[in-house]
Amino acid sequence: MTTVTRGAVGTAHTRVEGRDKVTGAARYAAEIPFAELAHGWLVLSTVARGRVRSVESDAALAMPGVLAVLHHGNAPRVDTDYVGLMGMSPDPSIALFQQERVAHLGWPVALVVAETSEQAREAAESLVVHYDQEPHDVAFSAERQSEAYALDGHMPGVVEKGDLEDRLAASAVVLDAEYTTPEEYHNPMEPHAATALWEGGRLEVVDSNQGTTWIAGELANLFSLDPASVRVRSEHVGGGFGSKGVRAHQVAAVMAATVLQRPVRVVMTRRQMFSLTGYRSPTAQRVRLGADADGRLRVLEHQSLNQTSSVHEFVEPSAAAGRSMYGAEAHHTASRIVRLDVPTPTWMRAPGEAPGSFALESAFDELAERCGIDPIELRLRNEPEVGPVSGLPFSSRNLAACFQEGARRFGWADRDPRPGVRREGRWLLGTGTAAASFPAGAMPSSAAVTAEADGTFTVRINAADIGTGARTALTVVAADALEVPTDRVRVRIGDSDLGPAMFAGGSMGTRSWAWAVTTAAAELRQSLAPGADIPAEGITVRSNTAEAVGALAQKERHSFGAQFAEVAVDPATGEVRVRRMLGVFAAGRIVNPLTARNQLVGGMIWGISMALHEEAVRDRTSGGLYGADLAGYHVAAHADIPHIEADWVDDPDPDDPVGIKGIGEIGIVGAAAAVANAVWHATGVRHRNLPIRPDRVLMAGGDA
Amino acid sequence: MPPSTSSDLTLSVNGEKYTLTVDHRTTLLDALRERLDLTGTKKGCDQGQCGACTVLVDGRRSVACLQLAVAAEGREITTIEGVAEGERLHPVQQAFLDLDGFQCGYCTPGQICSAIAVIEEHAAGWPSAATDDVRPEAGPPPLTPEEIRERMSGNLCRCGAYVSIVQAVARAAEEKGAVA
Repeated sequence: MTTVTRGAVGTAHTRVEGRDKVTGAARYAAEIPFAELAHGWLVLSTVARGRVRSVESDAALAMPGVLAVLHHGNAPRVDTDYVGLMGMSPDPSIALFQQERVAHLGWPVALVVAETSEQAREAAESLVVHYDQEPHDVAFSAERQSEAYALDGHMPGVVEKGDLEDRLAASAVVLDAEYTTPEEYHNPMEPHAATALWEGGRLEVVDSNQGTTWIAGELANLFSLDPASVRVRSEHVGGGFGSKGVRAHQVAAVMAATVLQRPVRVVMTRRQMFSLTGYRSPTAQRVRLGADADGRLRVLEHQSLNQTSSVHEFVEPSAAAGRSMYGAEAHHTASRIVRLDVPTPTWMRAPGEAPGSFALESAFDELAERCGIDPIELRLRNEPEVGPVSGLPFSSRNLAACFQEGARRFGWADRDPRPGVRREGRWLLGTGTAAASFPAGAMPSSAAVTAEADGTFTVRINAADIGTGARTALTVVAADALEVPTDRVRVRIGDSDLGPAMFAGGSMGTRSWAWAVTTAAAELRQSLAPGADIPAEGITVRSNTAEAVGALAQKERHSFGAQFAEVAVDPATGEVRVRRMLGVFAAGRIVNPLTARNQLVGGMIWGISMALHEEAVRDRTSGGLYGADLAGYHVAAHADIPHIEADWVDDPDPDDPVGIKGIGEIGIVGAAAAVANAVWHATGVRHRNLPIRPDRVLMAGGDA
Repeated sequence: MPPSTSSDLTLSVNGEKYTLTVDHRTTLLDALRERLDLTGTKKGCDQGQCGACTVLVDGRRSVACLQLAVAAEGREITTIEGVAEGERLHPVQQAFLDLDGFQCGYCTPGQICSAIAVIEEHAAGWPSAATDDVRPEAGPPPLTPEEIRERMSGNLCRCGAYVSIVQAVARAAEEKGAVA
């Protein structure tokens, strides 16, 4: 790491744990050795709806090395009657083996535990389970709207302002379009894995998750344990993207460790992850925009439908993004759900904003075309002074600056707005743009900073580094607050014993943790008398930001961004290649430009992947997915990704001690729309259904 | 366990010999991770689709999840733990570290092992699907970003660190004089 005495924030730092990661020394959840370790293998249902009639466990128990077969007839009981950290009741899907009911294909019905993973796997795969099968329904489509209902998730379900029909009638131009996005899966590279053991009366869990405070709390509630008797650790986490909360693997491992009184590790297979770790629901969206001839909006209507399971409500709030983006006299947005025999969806990178921005920002491109206005100009004409629905002031809103800087760097001024007129050999070329926004928030966290006798400092904050660079960012933030070089600061994270803190999610992790670290570090620095001796145990200052975070004034708080893409489309094969991409963001103060750029570009790559590749197809006959693996579900590979640039404009959050807003999600928002808009510009054909597969390009024509 | 379902064998990994008894079902990947405590080689999919378990077998890159440990006897296996020279990182490792060629780090050992082999395959004149002139006498093509992307496409990175990975591979190759 670079060594500076102050001003470390804002300069590039390689990752604190980088050397461990490039040498293979960094150990992830399934890689911590334990004596007497046993291996659990989950058995998932082969029917999509019904009841487990019986489990033939005797045959499995007779197989070499098998120690136990847990199922609904013998598993420890768990309690789901509680309100978790997220303020919600738990998804009953994690209450493993509590009853016979099967709610979707791939529902966990048993856990086989054996001395080795090979033994556990063979016994699990040969375990015979009998079902009373019932007819299932997994057919999601826009036509299910009649059975849907609105739901408040982390955003209000329905927000309505103004008279829609009246303002539509008053609009010179009306755009009415429907968009769809498919089931999408997080697929972090590290599969979900947990080892559980009882030690000295405490439950210890080594796990791969996005926040050990959260997971420890859930496990304590589920198993009716004193929260102080549960410890969850997560030193290195191989990606999460919203999928690494409380899941079947931790619950199964705790059950088996309790029954066998020895350490038990449960690792999901890649295929199991497609049933057990959540996903982004498919969406069917309708956008109606009404505008004057000069593009000023009179109407913004955005309706979104998503599926959820029969056991738990989860809403993908795709319609919510427009509430802070664009003003309109009539402003109606609603996100609704329909219940099917499918796994419960969950948060996936930019929940709501990612699919919602595809629809809304595509619709804006269509409106620009109808009005004959440049797409950037259309957005600038609809920039609101205050929150379009809330009336609240923006903490900062630098969307226009993002578009101006992005347009300059991308060369937007030279763009011929006509579609389908640029050709290079077999390729049709086009460029597109889209706006991005994502809420900027903070959640209460606690931290402890210790001045050690040797002149170094130890920061204890229960952060999670799931690839975000949080460990490094917090080192840098602490060094600045302490006014010492970064090499005198060590940061300990990923251990619920460190005290309560926010999880890595909602683009709020680093901001929430940095706030707590800065508070404690600044107080410690002020309390240290120059030259005074520090006792052997050090001097520790603790912080808790609950009060300060709670005192934040109500404002429209968001990150913003402008996305630009250039694509080439081969009308003979239907292939779409992204040639270059640029994102310019206004996302608060950037703590570490090296890792921040990487993360923003990573989000943009998710957008390309969403636009062109990702699609899980549910088989209506079986109720399961076709090809539930990394061959059947393509995520962007090296060859799919061109050179991508991400940059930012100055945009420090005025109400954050470090000026941070959060960058984990903004990179994907608007990215798929920018690609889709570029495909329209290349071909003259509008693609309203993702992904833009070759067959869709071919069926739509496009050899303009 | 009945003797017919296991075998004694010697694996040669990173220049060291390990003698062990393995279940015939044990993959090379599981033998490395579970038996030899060499957990740097990662299990991302266990079915040859992600590249996280890429190791070098007799100098060539290979996914350790799709081969049985018993079939690896007599081969020289190099894992991520064996590519540095003592404390001195391999140039590919150093480039990944300096240029931030990763985020969560889980695909990283596989990316690095793959990249080491890519640079050698390229130097040996192997063409790829991105190579314009594949005549043997044409020699190694310029190791352009497009060539690197094509040759590295067996290694998925869900965090999306591809841009900096390609830069890291290019820098490491350049140090070997491989970039035209």
